[in-house]
Amino acid sequence: MVNKMKRKVDLEKVINKYKGEKGGVISVLQEVNREYGYLPEDALKLVARKLDVPLIQVYSIATFYTAFSLKPRGRHLINVCLGTACFVKGGNRILEKLERELDVKTGETTKDLKFSLETVHCIGCCSLAPVIRIDEDAYGRLKQDKVPEILKKHK
Amino acid sequence: MLNLIIDGKEVSVEKGTTVLHAARKLGIEIPTLCYHEGVSPYGACRVCVVEVVKGMKPGLTASCACLAEQGMEVRTNSPSVVDSRRLIIELILARSPEVKKVRELAQEMGIEKARFRKEDKECILCGLCVRVCQEIIGASVIGFINRGANREVETPFQAQSDVCIGCGACSSVCPTEAIKIKEMFDKRILETWHTELELKSCKICGRYFAPKKELEHLKEKIELPEEIFEICEDCKRKNLTRKIGEIKTGII
Amino acid sequence: MKIKNLKNLEGLKAKGLESLYPKRMKINVGLGTCGIATGAQAVFDSIVEEIEKQGIDAVVGKTGCLGFCQREPLVDVWQPGKSRIIYCQMDPEKARDLVTGLAQGKMRKEWALCRLEEEEFIIENTKKKYSIKEKDGKDIPLYGEIPFYKKQKKIALRNCGFMNPENIEEYIARGGYFTLARVLSSLKEEGVIEEIKNSGLRGRGGAGFPTGLKWKFCRDAPGDTKYIICNADEGDPGAYMDRSILEGDPHSVLEGMVIGAYAIGSHEGYIYVRNEYPLAAQSVERAIRQAEEYGLLGDNILNSGFNFRIRISQGAGAFVCGEETALLASIEGKIGEPRPRPPFPAERGLWDKPTNINNVKTWANVPAIIARGADWYSKMGTPKSKGTMVFSLVGKINNTGLVEVPMGIKLREMIYDIGEGIPQGKKLKAVQTGGPSGGCIPSELADLEVDYEKLTQAGSMMGSGGMVVMDEDTCMVNVAKYFLNFTKDESCGKCTPCREGIKRMLEILDDISKGKAKEADLELLETLAKVVKDASLCALGGTAPNPVLTTLRYFRNEYEAHIKDKKCPAHICPDLIRYSINKEKCTGCGLCLKECPQTAISGEKKKPHSIDKSKCIKCGVCFEVCKFDAVEID
Repeated sequence: MVNKMKRKVDLEKVINKYKGEKGGVISVLQEVNREYGYLPEDALKLVARKLDVPLIQVYSIATFYTAFSLKPRGRHLINVCLGTACFVKGGNRILEKLERELDVKTGETTKDLKFSLETVHCIGCCSLAPVIRIDEDAYGRLKQDKVPEILKKHK
Repeated sequence: MLNLIIDGKEVSVEKGTTVLHAARKLGIEIPTLCYHEGVSPYGACRVCVVEVVKGMKPGLTASCACLAEQGMEVRTNSPSVVDSRRLIIELILARSPEVKKVRELAQEMGIEKARFRKEDKECILCGLCVRVCQEIIGASVIGFINRGANREVETPFQAQSDVCIGCGACSSVCPTEAIKIKEMFDKRILETWHTELELKSCKICGRYFAPKKELEHLKEKIELPEEIFEICEDCKRKNLTRKIGEIKTGII
Repeated sequence: MKIKNLKNLEGLKAKGLESLYPKRMKINVGLGTCGIATGAQAVFDSIVEEIEKQGIDAVVGKTGCLGFCQREPLVDVWQPGKSRIIYCQMDPEKARDLVTGLAQGKMRKEWALCRLEEEEFIIENTKKKYSIKEKDGKDIPLYGEIPFYKKQKKIALRNCGFMNPENIEEYIARGGYFTLARVLSSLKEEGVIEEIKNSGLRGRGGAGFPTGLKWKFCRDAPGDTKYIICNADEGDPGAYMDRSILEGDPHSVLEGMVIGAYAIGSHEGYIYVRNEYPLAAQSVERAIRQAEEYGLLGDNILNSGFNFRIRISQGAGAFVCGEETALLASIEGKIGEPRPRPPFPAERGLWDKPTNINNVKTWANVPAIIARGADWYSKMGTPKSKGTMVFSLVGKINNTGLVEVPMGIKLREMIYDIGEGIPQGKKLKAVQTGGPSGGCIPSELADLEVDYEKLTQAGSMMGSGGMVVMDEDTCMVNVAKYFLNFTKDESCGKCTPCREGIKRMLEILDDISKGKAKEADLELLETLAKVVKDASLCALGGTAPNPVLTTLRYFRNEYEAHIKDKKCPAHICPDLIRYSINKEKCTGCGLCLKECPQTAISGEKKKPHSIDKSKCIKCGVCFEVCKFDAVEID
């Protein structure tokens, strides 16, 4: 598959960029994560091989930090803010509403791979609490009944 | 040399000595779980906590990882230490109620049973296996994955490891029975690490005696005669006995 | 173009002043993350469009956050000879109207937040007075008089909202980099450290360790290679001032770091930005590139012979990496596991070399302190907590936003004067400070003068400056549960007290919130809290019990109500409340029936509805949508 191969070539370029840098593993993984939306097994193995670090070190890092996912994420990433201000203003209720609407638990992706539902602790829009972010768009001062129409906006 | 006071007694130790060892010099035994002489200290289980009454950072600290300071004052059994140690062991007991070493520690502290919901984990996350594999063997097969309450010791992708040499060092330092290794015919199976390794058969008697990978690993690291990597322990012993005999009777 | 001398710097200052105060109309829109979240980008675009369409002689610019986030999007209009007006809660339609009006010489008073006749230039200790010929808009309150800004003293936030963060010349025009020039050319390293020590500046990241002392330890540590780090991990939920400073005035942090690097003897620095702040990371990256272009970073800075370069290291989603040793591990490419201290980073830090780590706000304060002197800074604040502090005032408060005030201000002043009270006339219940490491201060202590010591005495902590206001509708057991859930998720899992202890504390809190706990559980909770606090390896575990301990201290009766009476006095814990419909108030509009996810509500049109309690999952939608207050919780 041409696409896959092209990406693999890009991956090598990415890894080479950080090859000399001390502690570059995390930076490489971040770029891989950005490129693929998650961390594929093959990519992790390649990173370990090229940077000459034990595979378990790479895997350990991949599972420790929440910015990384080992499973493909949905087309749209929903981040429900559960920072203190949003929590106090009912952020939990919004999260529960989204779980019901999408029929997933937090941290999971819908079966049609359309949405991934995650939580984040403070995106810094506290005056708009409760806030959710879908990809780059932030929606504030949310009420539960507004959730379905917002979801519809994202195909 | 520096001087510190532990439980009211003065002791003199070399720079770089831990409080745990300084205490031992005085005959004071502090219980440990994640500490082992052969690998670096980790300071994770917190069973070995002591109270630094006077020092750079007063408060409770893990004695296995705390370096002795000049003029330091330490209590190994103050009420704060005893209370903390007891609760820590109770927490570990709740997680691993069937582990023999944990039950022994609990008994020593007078804990009958844990006041928390019981779990049944064999691994106590001491990290000794991880450290021995990384620091001594140099294979780095296993490590900690995930974080917080989901922390586990595993191989990458929880699958067969490409770098495990099957030496079993992990199992020998493990304070519990969590690491399961068995042999079946021509394979050594490290169940816990989802790994199967081919065993080498003895050139002389044909018995399967060590994982091929382990022998290759040793070959690279140490210069030894070929036969060490080709014949099993029993045959080696027989060989050696024969050679000694030959020397004695003047054949060689 | 590398700046080689004071003349160069003065030249750029002149350019910057022209850019800040042009001879024609300039409209600035606040485009920090919170501005954008409220739609400021669309406002910006519509202003640009309208100006082009109407052929108006004006320039449109962007600024960082002015702090009054409640009233975003903010639009700031500069017109030579006229008062400077800040408009609030703008949208594209209003913006277009505004532009049209301005072109006709009309201002829209009804949308105005406040008016400015002058600005304070902190570094130079001057007031920039605008030359105003037309004294119109006199009935619009002055910036310094409106409640939100009246008691504030902006030092760390001195430039945010008043300049374009992408324009280094504007930073220089407001006094930027002059302090660095003076330091490198005429101040001794030890002298700089003395000044910081005497100012009384304490770390603004949470622990509040005296900054000057920390710098001295690092300077005195043996070794030639030393590192300077800016901790921009800002993990406390509810705190976002570090982000605002990085987005709105990144050069203030860079300048502070170069001054610190010089004083300590370091030539390499890192700014560790958390993963969730992409805009802030971009902003800093841009500022670093600019500074390098102008010779303010890199080799031979300002022709002084001093070298210093800064790299950005990005976090990957771990609150524990805000703890300095875990942060170091992360930069080193490892998992964020804290290390035991001693040795402290000042002695053995990044790659085992002496390292000085300070928070964003701490660095941002440095140029101002060196410029104005330790005496000036130490006159503000309280005996042990000098200077100002930036708080994020959020939660159940009318005026949410970023507030910088002298230490020692009373909580009461923050809430009722600056914050203008609680929305919907509700009663204040508690103020949560210090994030997950802090605690809840009850309304009875509203006269508490906010500083490091007083907050710690009350059982809480200054932390990064998060200040979350809670009203009577907040359940304190639920608040404790929320924080423990957070710290449980963020624990690295290395040590027993934190990993197992927090988990078990949460189990008890969960039981309490479900009415399943016993009196003995409260005792066990307290025992656990003490051990987790005392025996954990790092400050995450060491402070995680604080929300539980403070809520137990001040709101024990709520815990007891949950345990003994199986009731949640604030009507929050789902297992202990019931939703019902008041038949007298219900008009039968059917809205709740439509929204109920469990079809638990039944009723005919125009007739009172009722809730089937066996199906109700307590999601609260019916309560939210009912326009007649007919849904009741007990």
